[in-house]
Amino acid sequence: MNTLFDKIWDAHVVQQIEDGPTQLYIDRLYCHEVTSPQAFDGLRERGLPCFRPDKVFCMPDHNTPTHDQDKPIEDPVSRKQVDTLARNASDFGLHHFGMMDPRNGIIHVVGPERGLSLPGMTIVCGDSHTSTHGAMGAVAFGIGTSEVEMVLASQCILQAKPKSMRIRIEGSLSAGVTPKDVALFLMSRLTTSGATGYFVEYAGSVVRDMSMEGRLTLCNLSIEMGARGGFIAPDETTFAYLRGREYAPKGKDWDEAVARWRTLRSGDDAVFDKEYVFSAADIEPMVTYGTNPGMGMAVTGTIPSLDSVPDAGRESFSKSLEYMHFNPGQSLLGTPVDYVFLGACTNGRIEDFRAFASIVRGRHKAPGITAWLVPGSWYVAQQIREEHLDEVLEEAGFALRQPGCSACLAMNDDKIPAGCLAVSTSNRNFEGRQGPGSRTVLASPLTAAAAAVTGVITDPRTLL
Amino acid sequence: MKQKFSVITSTCVPLPLENVDTDQIIPARFLKATTRDERFFGDNLFRDWRYDKQGQPIADFVLNDPTYGGCILVAGKNFGSGSSREHAAWAIAGYGFRVVISSFFADIHKNNELNNFVLPVVVSESFLAELFDTIFADPQAKVTVDLPAQTVTNLVTGRSEHFDINAFKKHCLLNGLDDIDFLVANADKTVAFEQKHDITAI
Repeated sequence: MNTLFDKIWDAHVVQQIEDGPTQLYIDRLYCHEVTSPQAFDGLRERGLPCFRPDKVFCMPDHNTPTHDQDKPIEDPVSRKQVDTLARNASDFGLHHFGMMDPRNGIIHVVGPERGLSLPGMTIVCGDSHTSTHGAMGAVAFGIGTSEVEMVLASQCILQAKPKSMRIRIEGSLSAGVTPKDVALFLMSRLTTSGATGYFVEYAGSVVRDMSMEGRLTLCNLSIEMGARGGFIAPDETTFAYLRGREYAPKGKDWDEAVARWRTLRSGDDAVFDKEYVFSAADIEPMVTYGTNPGMGMAVTGTIPSLDSVPDAGRESFSKSLEYMHFNPGQSLLGTPVDYVFLGACTNGRIEDFRAFASIVRGRHKAPGITAWLVPGSWYVAQQIREEHLDEVLEEAGFALRQPGCSACLAMNDDKIPAGCLAVSTSNRNFEGRQGPGSRTVLASPLTAAAAAVTGVITDPRTLL
Repeated sequence: MKQKFSVITSTCVPLPLENVDTDQIIPARFLKATTRDERFFGDNLFRDWRYDKQGQPIADFVLNDPTYGGCILVAGKNFGSGSSREHAAWAIAGYGFRVVISSFFADIHKNNELNNFVLPVVVSESFLAELFDTIFADPQAKVTVDLPAQTVTNLVTGRSEHFDINAFKKHCLLNGLDDIDFLVANADKTVAFEQKHDITAI
């Protein structure tokens, strides 16, 4: 009752169906090439136009190669999917930021940085990491392709109202602990289903002190706790980030918008269906040891024993460790690493590259490490150059690639080979996620950088 | 595919793993298709658990075990977590499953199943544990899922449970209707909403 989530949701209710879902108005639909083609075909089969084409923004990101983007994509199947998005956007009159467009990048990096994702909005995309945009103070969630078709056809979606949860993190983070570690910590406490059925409001001093980039990382990972979305009430940090961005309101409209956005906060009397409070002092740099993001621990910790796992989960737990070639009770410090991936909608923003550079500055890439550093967008790539971080990275033996989702889910050529261990700043360590047979340890950009220069899993605090 | 759903009685395929994510249900490399060919997705359901690198069936995976069959998949808790890919629901439907029974489903996948006329049935953990025991003891054991009555029954033990589904979605499944038909028919309400809230372009 009287939560920020209630306020935004209620302001978008077109109608409440008796004993059924809500017809919810959607302010922004993002489409990428993987989950949209069948939705456009559906419109064609029904003979329907797009209802509000001006509110739909399309861009390829999953299949895009991270090199030679000025040339045609080599893989004909990927090329067809990317071309299909361009044709669909053209046929239905939608905005489209194609490959090599300076506005292109991962959709969840581009939306906020272009000022397309704004406080108070409802935002959807056929992608579970749509929760990212909640950092702007929006209700943003991932949907399936049938639901993409719904929004294209009607600018609305039928959806049951989720329950509300507030997670407060109080205190201040110690050196070497990043927003990614906060998220991995929350997942390890709540499990991958602990927030299923809820929308999460993040609050507390840690969140208030977080930069916009950090908030985007935190909200991005809401889905990994099962939550449809996570969001943060907009504040001065949000407004300062948005001011002057391409699609953000300008002049008098900006002043009016900020005045309206200042009202977007949960009431002092707000009642949440569930509340958690965590202390920043308990959060250390984190790594995952298993095959779901909830299987995480402090980098200095040890993998839980089989006895500590409830009966029904033991088969899954054992299968998971067997896949990872790890054992119960094991510490991961010193474990040899083959690949390091910096990027994805989780950690592909300028702050992540600053963090990575801060560790590798004056050091050198360890022999035997293959490192893929993939900016989240062309705009991030430009920021990296403007801050001369590219020079720091090159001196340390690293090369930057071109923007896209890349090795997060390996739909392009960036696949971790079978059996190889990757320390990755992405969001999922599922079996085969980064390529068939690949083994993934999720971590922050600092921990990824520490692995990249030492060749083994390392506590980044020893290199600060 | 739109189809009417009513009462189903079938043997079951047991998958007693927890946290089965949609990357396992259908790996990302099969997501490059630009059409909705359910047979293609069904053929690749649980691809990397079902086939080895040479494309040969892995004998001890349940879909390759002729002992088990039927149109009901029974899975451990938190089924369908992770990616929102509806291809996972297409693969389940394309393989021939009409019902998935678990003690817990991830939200997005649950909606995706419903939008593809596959019924996700949430049961208690004890019902699920008993059902696994029943199936492993007798692979010919049958379960009845009665959508009009909203009940699921283990026909061997006789244990029955009520399951939840909202009245709107139940009506859609029973009558083979989808949400898009409804939303398009209600476009006037959307236009009225836009006018009332002074919603303009972009």
